Amino acid sequence: MDAPLRLIASNPLDQLAKTVEALLVVASAPLTAQDLAEAAADDPERVEAALGLVGERYREGRSGIVLEHVAGGWAFRASREAAEACARLIEKPAQRNLSQAALETLAIVAYLGPCTRPDVTRIRGVAADSAVASLLERGLISEAGRDEEAGGAIRYRTTPLFERVFGLESLSELPRLDDLGAGVDEIRDRLHAVAEKRTA
Amino acid sequence: MIVRELELDLDAFEGPFDLLLTLVLKDELDLVELDVAAIVLAFLERLFERDELDLDACGEFLVLISALLELKARGLFPEEAAELAELEPEQAAEELARRLAEYRRMKEAAGWLRERLEVEGDRYFRIGPAPLAPKVEPTLAPHDPARLAAALRLMAVPPPEVSLAHMALRFPPVVQFLERFRSVLKRRSRFDFDQEVGELSRIEQAVAFLALLELRREGEISIEQAAPFAPIRISRSDVEREDSWTLRSA
Repeated sequence: MDAPLRLIASNPLDQLAKTVEALLVVASAPLTAQDLAEAAADDPERVEAALGLVGERYREGRSGIVLEHVAGGWAFRASREAAEACARLIEKPAQRNLSQAALETLAIVAYLGPCTRPDVTRIRGVAADSAVASLLERGLISEAGRDEEAGGAIRYRTTPLFERVFGLESLSELPRLDDLGAGVDEIRDRLHAVAEKRTA
Repeated sequence: MIVRELELDLDAFEGPFDLLLTLVLKDELDLVELDVAAIVLAFLERLFERDELDLDACGEFLVLISALLELKARGLFPEEAAELAELEPEQAAEELARRLAEYRRMKEAAGWLRERLEVEGDRYFRIGPAPLAPKVEPTLAPHDPARLAAALRLMAVPPPEVSLAHMALRFPPVVQFLERFRSVLKRRSRFDFDQEVGELSRIEQAVAFLALLELRREGEISIEQAAPFAPIRISRSDVEREDSWTLRSA
């Protein structure tokens, strides 16, 4: 399939592909196939097919605009080749200078969310107030109701912007928790060795 | 300055500091009732009186007072203390390992996110509020106009008029009670309001009270009530007692 694929006029999806393209240009957040189908007043399956055509046309190396599947939807972004030029034009306030504390908090909210500030504090062992405030301000996490059991503490979860900034199709793209934490067993063994000495 | 000899004058305890500590350790004094801040204040006052910084005394005091605070904190949260004390070294090690593992995983996840950010750092996209048009509500299925009209007609029937008969309150004239009270006061110099009107209806009692106020305004009677909701006692003005509280004297 190296031959350039044109949107041939006789292709029945041609008109729909143009509509999808237009919708993606005006949207400022990823659109799901369902969103697109509703806006285009067309069948979701045909929209998926049309997205295939649009994706073929707007792919890395072929166009300055790239169609990507991100945060559970479809969106246009700039090609990576244009990144430097883009950097001179716009700021990236959402991810600039993210501290270690903020990243750890973000990881906890991404994996355990919706979770409360006390949950984050319990795992990190230090207060998470400023990290949570910073992530809220950046729009990477948002409030998600209250935990009625824990005295009505506000719960947080990551936003679609988080998935977009980190280039994730969905949260399931995060590495499995079981695959993280190498060396944990070693620590456990050492702790148990110390405990045995104390009981002896 | 010797910290142990610091004289204390607290609500729960009076005497030297070391006696206080002894009593606390023997469980003869409940720490919950002890105002630790007051001890700190007493110490600071003594310190200022001497006008020189006695580091040894300060250090000793800090150690003692912090031990006291720890004891008090444990006393205030007895269940938690028991929970921690019950942990065997093995269990404690396991609990610690579990917490460490949980944190380590999240720390690595954070590291993964940081790497991801570096890799994905050259992706630029438009961010902004999503001014999506409101979703069009699905239109209702067509309805038979005749049925709609019938339904409307049903609702258009005026509701039955509500009877207001019970709202018309009958107020007996105030004069009736003025005369009644005056005749009572001719026979007796004082009477109890509640006893006098106890058998009357609520409305009549209210009007009777108005009559009472009227008599009081005319200066014919004085009214006494020891406390809110206490019996109201009425007496003729000419037999008013001086030692009792009256509206007139107030």
